[in-house]
Amino acid sequence: MTRLVVGPFNRVEGDLEVTLDVDSGHVRSAQVNAPMFRGFEQILLGRDALDALVVVPRICGICSVSQSAAAAAALARAMGVQAPPDGWRVAQLVQATENLADHLTHFYTFFMPDFAREAYRGRAWFEAVHARFKATVGSAARDALPARMAFMQAMGLLAGKWPHTLTLQPGGTAQALQASQRLRLVALLAEFRRWLEERLFGDVLEAVVALPDAAALRRWVAARLAQAGTTPADLPLFLHVADDLQLWQTGRATDRYLATGSYPSADGPLMRGGVWADGGVQPFDPSDVSEDLTHAWLAADDPVQPPSQGQTVPLVDKPGAYTWCKAPRWRGQVLETGALARQMVDGLPLLRDVVAQHGGSVAARVLARLVEVARVLPAMQRWALALVPGQPTYTPGELPAQAHAVGLVEAARGTLGHWVGWRDGRIAHYQIVAPTTWNFSPRDAAGTPGALEQALVGVPVRASETTPLMVQHVVRSFDPCMVCTVH
Amino acid sequence: MPSVLWIQAGGCGGCTLSWLGTDTRDLFGLWRSQGLELVWHPAVSEASGAEALQLLEDAANGQLAFDILCVEGAMLRGPNGSGHAQRLSGSGQPMVQWVRRLAARARWTLAVGSCAAYGGMCAAGANPADACGLQFDGAVRGGLLGADYTAASGLPVINIAGCPAHPDWINETLQALALDALDADGLDAYGRPRLFADQLVHHGCPRNEYYEFKASAAKPSDLGCLMENLGCKGTQAHADCNLRMWNGSGSCIRGGFACINCTEPGFEEPGHPFATTPKLAGIPTGLPADMPKAWFVALAALSKSATPRRVRENARADHLVVKPAARKRGAP
Repeated sequence: MTRLVVGPFNRVEGDLEVTLDVDSGHVRSAQVNAPMFRGFEQILLGRDALDALVVVPRICGICSVSQSAAAAAALARAMGVQAPPDGWRVAQLVQATENLADHLTHFYTFFMPDFAREAYRGRAWFEAVHARFKATVGSAARDALPARMAFMQAMGLLAGKWPHTLTLQPGGTAQALQASQRLRLVALLAEFRRWLEERLFGDVLEAVVALPDAAALRRWVAARLAQAGTTPADLPLFLHVADDLQLWQTGRATDRYLATGSYPSADGPLMRGGVWADGGVQPFDPSDVSEDLTHAWLAADDPVQPPSQGQTVPLVDKPGAYTWCKAPRWRGQVLETGALARQMVDGLPLLRDVVAQHGGSVAARVLARLVEVARVLPAMQRWALALVPGQPTYTPGELPAQAHAVGLVEAARGTLGHWVGWRDGRIAHYQIVAPTTWNFSPRDAAGTPGALEQALVGVPVRASETTPLMVQHVVRSFDPCMVCTVH
Repeated sequence: MPSVLWIQAGGCGGCTLSWLGTDTRDLFGLWRSQGLELVWHPAVSEASGAEALQLLEDAANGQLAFDILCVEGAMLRGPNGSGHAQRLSGSGQPMVQWVRRLAARARWTLAVGSCAAYGGMCAAGANPADACGLQFDGAVRGGLLGADYTAASGLPVINIAGCPAHPDWINETLQALALDALDADGLDAYGRPRLFADQLVHHGCPRNEYYEFKASAAKPSDLGCLMENLGCKGTQAHADCNLRMWNGSGSCIRGGFACINCTEPGFEEPGHPFATTPKLAGIPTGLPADMPKAWFVALAALSKSATPRRVRENARADHLVVKPAARKRGAP
């Protein structure tokens, strides 16, 4: 048995260290350490209730809008206010812009460059992947970053700036749109769609979403690779790599999935929420969540706490602890959250079929993320067209003297929850359970490993490897956000 | 050709994400064309794990030469002086130790963002991780590296403040170093490059007409000036956010919300709720930079009494209820 400590684990958001016990060329057991602690849950205490809208985005530079949206959702619930229709649309557009941009950043900047490493030279696809995805010099860097930048001009129009906007408020948004802003938004979304269809998918978005099953996906990829004289689009190219490296068979976690409903509206959410477990969807109740502190450097009278009563008190020399991350559990069980979870819970046929065949995997997570881009962009275009300049975007509200509420949103990486209590207009309690808190949780009191810790078991490690490549693929397939994880 | 080593300390990574949104057709090509070589960056470089750790060790012990150290995120010294709030993954060593070692080798040391510069939001409230900046603890010179620290170039830490920093502030500061065009006179009293810090957020504010007439917004989404009621510090904040747009055409004020003075040391603890203007006898306590109070009060009273109906009514609406009149040219 050999022990490998892998870090600094770059091209993930924030700090990550993974300890692997390797035997006979495979990972036998893994421990995930989130090694950075800032203490936002304590920083928030005692502040004015609305200050959370300034503080929480700064937990995370990549999910900043999601943090903001969760805080605004909790405040809105406590105040009993609802955004006017256009306030709702602008807020959804701001969240969707962040979520889609994050999917793009993950695929092009964080995930794909690993397949352009020298270790893969000689593979049939290597030259194409190397030319396209080599870190900082591949053609994708000067293609996808400008496309992302142009798409994110939606943030300049709708949210002032990104990251760290203050536009999301309980009761709507801080800016009502002018006619010209709507037109520019409609135009830039259309431009982004053209780029996605040409470079990322090689097909119209709706056709990608409509692929019914894994067999149809294989035919779709083959057709795109067979087009002579052209470079395949990026998703078909990745799926070709995935077949060759058996990424459909690598990185399975619990296959129990959490989503809370994306872009909710009076007509229902764009993607519904719930828990996928044992072949069916059950409703998700936030009161079924607890956090287990057994292996975290945190003091606790009771190591299992519901977030509504949770505490965050550092305890550095705690025996058995190996991370700053708490271990969230749903009815005591480990869940995985993220784009794959959303498609599983919502019931998108393609991803349900993929997971039915091989379980969750590196390839399934990446596919789900990009399919979600194809699903959400058309919705953004509908919301943008439905905006009516001159209509209000904000409804004022009052916070009761004492209140508590839960704010839940779907960030790019999965379910984000804020459990908040207020007294006399000030924050008296704040607990945050972020997507990667779920996915990269440590073991709980029963010794059950978290989702990534399970996904890494059995992953192949070659004898010469100190930073095993397949481990990197599995870790990055979750698109971890470590700064949110511990906050 | 200056080489750049970028590390992330106790922050949110938002300055890197902001930088990735640089308005250019080719960010890495832009760097290369300006003579900037990227040694390693945690979000974009290939090297990971053992390879990255070796690279950082070589840089820290002098075997790998580099010129510019960019540090993003606050210095987390706690809890209880242990540095355990952030240990560099794979090394077991506190990040603050790595920063000290690397800063001792750098020709220039840059704090990217207000966390690395002054402590920022990580240092707010109870400051549980004992966060500070590289060479400032809030507005007090010192910080992790000490008041007397200078990099090999002779310059103190260059503070590209902001939460986040604008991508151009980062790129232009690096470009200026590559051109040997940044000296001590190019930095202000808080170590900020004057190329952006000599402007005020107020300059180019699209709500200037409302400001002139003290026609003020009362609630979010109102069109009026955000200074009197909603906490805006644009008249005091050192940055060019309304001259140099964010994400194409944005800025905080253009997005409808207050400037919270995020380039200023200690912005995280303003002493009042961020979105509420503190007042004494009805007069905002935070006055525009360089403006005598008596003059401000006198001018405000005068301009309020002269406010056109159009400006007054639009200030408390979320869209123009009274349009600027088109001058009718009389028919002959």
